Amino acid sequence: MKHRTFFWFILPTLSAMILFIALPIVSVFIQSLYVQHEQVLVVSESCGPFGCTETTSIDAEATAKIREEQPLGQFNGLKTYTNRSHLAFAEVGEAWRESQDWGTFLDAVMDLPFYKALIFTLTYTAVVTPLVLVLGLAIAVGVNKLPKVIKGPSIFVSLLPFLVTPLVGSLILFWMVDGDGIIGATLQILFDDPSLSLKASTPLTWIMLMVYGVWHTLPFSFITFYAGLQTVPQDTLEAAQIDGASKWQTLISVVVPHLMPLVAFVTLMLLMDNFRVFEPIVSFSAQAHATSLSWFIFNDLRESGNPLYGSAGATSILTIIGVVILLTPVLIRTWRDFNRKVH
Amino acid sequence: MTTKAQNRTTPLTVISFALVGLWLVLAAFPFIWTLWGSFKVQADFFSKADWTNAIFGVFTTAETGGPFTGKGYYGAWVQEEFWHSALNSSIVVFFTVCISLTFGTLGGYALARSGFRYAFWILMAALVFRAMPHITLVSGYLLPFFEWNIWGILPTTIIVLVAINQPFTLWMLHSYFQNIPKDLDESAMVDGCTRFQAFRFVIVPVMWPGVITTGLFSFLLAYNDFAVTSMLLSGENETMIPAIASFLGTTQVEGNVMFAVAAVVSATAPLFVLILFFQRQIVSGLTAGAVKG
Repeated sequence: MKHRTFFWFILPTLSAMILFIALPIVSVFIQSLYVQHEQVLVVSESCGPFGCTETTSIDAEATAKIREEQPLGQFNGLKTYTNRSHLAFAEVGEAWRESQDWGTFLDAVMDLPFYKALIFTLTYTAVVTPLVLVLGLAIAVGVNKLPKVIKGPSIFVSLLPFLVTPLVGSLILFWMVDGDGIIGATLQILFDDPSLSLKASTPLTWIMLMVYGVWHTLPFSFITFYAGLQTVPQDTLEAAQIDGASKWQTLISVVVPHLMPLVAFVTLMLLMDNFRVFEPIVSFSAQAHATSLSWFIFNDLRESGNPLYGSAGATSILTIIGVVILLTPVLIRTWRDFNRKVH
Repeated sequence: MTTKAQNRTTPLTVISFALVGLWLVLAAFPFIWTLWGSFKVQADFFSKADWTNAIFGVFTTAETGGPFTGKGYYGAWVQEEFWHSALNSSIVVFFTVCISLTFGTLGGYALARSGFRYAFWILMAALVFRAMPHITLVSGYLLPFFEWNIWGILPTTIIVLVAINQPFTLWMLHSYFQNIPKDLDESAMVDGCTRFQAFRFVIVPVMWPGVITTGLFSFLLAYNDFAVTSMLLSGENETMIPAIASFLGTTQVEGNVMFAVAAVVSATAPLFVLILFFQRQIVSGLTAGAVKG
């Protein structure tokens, strides 16, 4: 294809991506270098019979004017990145010096909002991804053995949790685990503890969110692996059987290696999706116990009346850096594949 | 061909069947439970004392005279004007899908037919864009949109969703077009067609299966979105998902949780219908990227 024709074909999609994805990243970066104007304060002295008192009040008009003139705020350099709500080098350093063991250090770090969000996001990604991979493979192997009549309906049922709107799906579960809901009430009876609430404790909230994560993404790995199982060569399976391999041995040494490319693909997709975990935290109102990077940005932007663009921008840039680090192995591999194809 | 040895019941088979059964229950039960409960009153839906109340609707019968009530739906759709959000949702979703498919087919076709190095770089950039949490981009939109006074209206949201959709659409259609033999459009060009004519008269008629599959996923992305729509739309232009989120704040206080439950069921219904009719396309779309690597 000629360069000229290529250009005209690609123009609409490329301009959409440049305008609304690439430029916003630049805009986010610029925003992160600025910080909101402080309110203009006026000190007025009022003198009465008992001497003079100084009162400080906010000059609303002047504040509004300066915000109007410079909507970005004032230049702050990289200070937003290093302040207490983000990388907090000073606080982390202090915690490192003062804490005697790992436990107290971690506690101190978990009090910092950015690290709290980062640690939850990473834990969520690291727990949900392998669980979904293993369970998805197990269910795919199981469904593959089902009689044909049940296969279709069981795939239909499995698609529901995956395709349902994340906010809605997590709400449905949230109502069920509520203290008065069916799962919540059953757990209270099982553990014989009428005050048991999944929402009140940090570990239980984390577990609840991860259970939701597994429930929501399991169908994706299951269906991909199920499709992969259809392509396993029958000859190899029979050969393994003739050689006396048990079913378990066949699964581990024939089927799983055949599915390896799929495992890489599914892992990549799961990592990308789990890293941006956001809606369940809104639905479960879990922010007191668990926040994610996405939720942290959302919260800064929601700050009513006075969104913290600088803070949100800094977190966004740090999140994007995280995504790129996560993707580097894939990008390098694709680059090698491409070069091999070309040469 | 199945032999007796393959059908022999081993502990492994039993475990895997049990696992499948457990999963199917876990997948379906929350939906059935919520659908059933949405026709009850709150005292039944959250029936702590006796869970069978939620099934037989004891309080519902006491309060309304029958075991089922449409009060939640009335409250959500009429009282809280959920129909308005549903209308906004359909406008946003319809235009997002149409525009992103148009852009995506053109771009995906070009990428599939071009062997230049920059085509590869565009695909790589799209992969990184695909991985970015949408909310990071939203924080970049807000300030400029406020300045230009285009915040809060539907067209802005539509074009933003189209852009966010592009990386995925491009990848999907790029791999689909690669599977259509090159000879097809090249022989048309030998016969004197321009590249665009070849695309229009040779490729367009055969591309619909791939476009429909991609369209389903564009639909899901636009329909399920919360991060973009909740930040970029003003109160009166709200779509369904942010509307449900704002229900939570208001109805929990007034004791109208059932409104939110009814709204949640209403928002899930279109997805249910979608899976019912397009199950095969969805499954093939999910695995399309995977099988081709």
